[in-house]
Amino acid sequence: MMVATQVTMRDLQSPVEPTWCPGCGDYGILNAVKRALVQLGIPPHQVAFFSGIGCGSKLPDYIRANGFNSLHGRPVPIAQGFKLAHHDMFVIVVDGDGDNYGIGGNHWLHVMRRNINITHIVQDNMVYGLTKGQYAPTSMKGFVSSTSPEGTIEWPINPIAIALAAGATFVARGFAGDPKYLADLIAKGIQHKGYALIDVFQPCVIFNRINTYDWFRERVYKLEDDPNYDPHDKRMAWEKAHEWGDRIPIGIFYINEGQPTLEEQIPALAEKPLYQHDIPPKLEDLESLKLIFV
Amino acid sequence: MIKNDVNIKLGGEAGQGVESSGMGFARAIARAGLHIFGVQDYMSRIRGGHNWYQVRVSERPIFAHEPQVQILIALDERTVKEHLDEVVEGGAVIYDEGLKVDDEEIKLRGIIPMPLPLLRFAEELGGSKLMLNTAAVAAAAGILEFDLSYPESIIRDSFGRRKGSEIADRNIRVANAAYEEARRRFAYLFEWKLEANPDAPKKMVINGNQAIGVGAIAAGCKFCCGYPMTPASSLLEFMFAQARRFNLVVRQAEDEISALLHAIGAAHAGVRAMTCTSGGGFSLMVEALSLAGSTETPLVLVVSQRPGPATGLPTRTEQGELLFTIFAGHGEFPRAVIALGSVEQCIFEVARAFNIAERYQMPVIVLTDAFLANSLRSVDIDSIDFRKITENIDRGKLILPHENDKIEEAVKDGYRRFEFTEDGISLRIPPGHPKAVYSVAGEEHTPEGFIDWEERMDNRVRMMQKRMKRLEIAANDMKLPELHGPEDAELTLVCWGSSLGPTLEAMERLNANGVRTNLLQFIDIHPLNWDSVADILSNSRNWVSVEGNFSGQLARWIRMNTGLKPMATVTRYDGRPLNPVYIVEHLQEVLAKI
Repeated sequence: MMVATQVTMRDLQSPVEPTWCPGCGDYGILNAVKRALVQLGIPPHQVAFFSGIGCGSKLPDYIRANGFNSLHGRPVPIAQGFKLAHHDMFVIVVDGDGDNYGIGGNHWLHVMRRNINITHIVQDNMVYGLTKGQYAPTSMKGFVSSTSPEGTIEWPINPIAIALAAGATFVARGFAGDPKYLADLIAKGIQHKGYALIDVFQPCVIFNRINTYDWFRERVYKLEDDPNYDPHDKRMAWEKAHEWGDRIPIGIFYINEGQPTLEEQIPALAEKPLYQHDIPPKLEDLESLKLIFV
Repeated sequence: MIKNDVNIKLGGEAGQGVESSGMGFARAIARAGLHIFGVQDYMSRIRGGHNWYQVRVSERPIFAHEPQVQILIALDERTVKEHLDEVVEGGAVIYDEGLKVDDEEIKLRGIIPMPLPLLRFAEELGGSKLMLNTAAVAAAAGILEFDLSYPESIIRDSFGRRKGSEIADRNIRVANAAYEEARRRFAYLFEWKLEANPDAPKKMVINGNQAIGVGAIAAGCKFCCGYPMTPASSLLEFMFAQARRFNLVVRQAEDEISALLHAIGAAHAGVRAMTCTSGGGFSLMVEALSLAGSTETPLVLVVSQRPGPATGLPTRTEQGELLFTIFAGHGEFPRAVIALGSVEQCIFEVARAFNIAERYQMPVIVLTDAFLANSLRSVDIDSIDFRKITENIDRGKLILPHENDKIEEAVKDGYRRFEFTEDGISLRIPPGHPKAVYSVAGEEHTPEGFIDWEERMDNRVRMMQKRMKRLEIAANDMKLPELHGPEDAELTLVCWGSSLGPTLEAMERLNANGVRTNLLQFIDIHPLNWDSVADILSNSRNWVSVEGNFSGQLARWIRMNTGLKPMATVTRYDGRPLNPVYIVEHLQEVLAKI
């Protein structure tokens, strides 16, 4: 991959002003994404963002880069098709907990077992914000909302545990209230060769009055602060994935380096990106195709 | 003696090799220079049940099967019970002498029972009862006095390369014994014969799904993503099989939603992309189709129809998705719909679909069905001229991101993906170039591709007009229905898709019987220049639509756009393909009126 040496925050400045509410966790995520690109020196034309539908999925418009704002729950397959057609581009999916853990859940399960080289940032605010406050797949049990007036009676999705079970090779969690640390996680996710999940606690200041900045600040701690924690150890990761309550871990839960990516295993992509292949095929090759039918 | 004009049906349980030996026999006959039409019928199960394969042979190209057969090859007793009615007088029933078959009943109908020691040959000479199908097909060749070297060459090609040629040798021993025995005992009783024509042009034997794959590859399709669903799966499998030879990326997705979205992603990157499914899978794709419409993403979506609703008749055929594919999707957006009627059209019209998609930057839906997908046709190999495809590739207003000089020249004033233009078509530069960094959005967007969060009226109106304008222009670029047969006719048969072959033959029969008939085939369904279509139809004194569905969907579509109404519709919705005899029978009332 071509990587330019000098990219500034200014290069990534979009002409479009965010429409997010003041104080929204998405500002922290946008800031972290930009910092990560600057840190890695990735210029705007070499990265493509694919997003779903929701507040956070407007992010591609708010950063100067290639963007594709798609459908609710559907950016993951589009990103895969794009990556396979142009594999030397950095591909980043940004969508929400409703997108990825709800309506797009099946796509998510399958992208993880393919290890395609995509970075996936899930803005997890544990509520449906843009549709004005229904409960989400990650809402904690008992969460009161317009569609759970007496509190939800379902267990929340555990994204970290599911990602570990599904074979994701990079599993991390960040917090929008700490953009500097989040930028570091995103940069590591981009550098990871294969699929990288970064689930991000993203406080919704309007519709989630439970999981607020303060609520998270009181609880989150960084996994790497424990010198004994080894993110290469899936058993440790599995245990930490289930830690929830007074203490909630963030950081890299699990990393499995050295696995081949999907695109590395496709012979047609060995020489150059698919979009650069000459078409149509050679006439003599087409003529020889006829012979299989004789 | 009746030479080179025969219908052969082979029936048995799933797992008895009905399809492979039927197709093999069809290929052997085509190698002998004759034309074939092969059609299969199978149940949705892997073992047991009842399957059949039917081969029709002629010296001229043929496009349909006939309901009556001269030879019935029965690998099991059920085949005799189910199909004896279809055998003509003087015809033959070939079966193993161990089967409980009432040969008196066969004789009473004027049909010749031909019990033979097929299983014994298979076991003693081949070492496996699995070679029963080889013996049975060879016996048919025997009574037809067909040169056995052609079937032998197919056996060699099928088995010869694997594990040495021992299996091939054993099959050939079985074939020879059955051939000689059948010829010695029965050939003199049987009127129909096959005579090879080694001087005839070389033929290829190909089915509709393979032909779609060939057309797509020739057109430069580099990306195909699908989810298995009968009868589209064999197209996906064909693309997988050709992936290495043609450097394709072929993927099986987790569902059809993902399959179309993958194609959208690849097309967005500037690659010719395709997906394929049947009606049920297309239902799942509808949301993404609307996204392709909104983002002006060109791609080809093959819908291989089978009977619905829901799971319907999974292994049967129907032409039930015409109106569905025209209207599917939330919101109004441009798409084209074309329908394939023959193997040749599968190759050349699919290639054209990629041009339409990129020229107008919209999805193109290509309709086929189980009948066309699975039926085998022989085609003169030299009649397929790929230059017609490769010399006419039109990618429209596209500059790829690595075409640096072209981009520098084109984006001097900046780049706007959805720039308002006179024809509604904007310059397409897939992501990757520093001078063309941009967004696209399914949500209503600005010319730059940003979400128009203010939801402005004027932008909305202009964007709608821009998108729909392309449909208006494309309408004049689409094919008007094709006329077959005499210009002036008392009766015009109007058809689309796979009903072409059977309807063509029905037309020939009617003309032979003194009813001056022609045929109008709609290849392009939407958009169309309807004024011109109305002119064409107004020239027809009496027109009847012939369709494999319940409600006469093409007739309704024509009426919706022209106000013209057919005098009748011939429909079929029992899951079976149309055939010329069925069509003529169902035209009797019409014929009485004209």
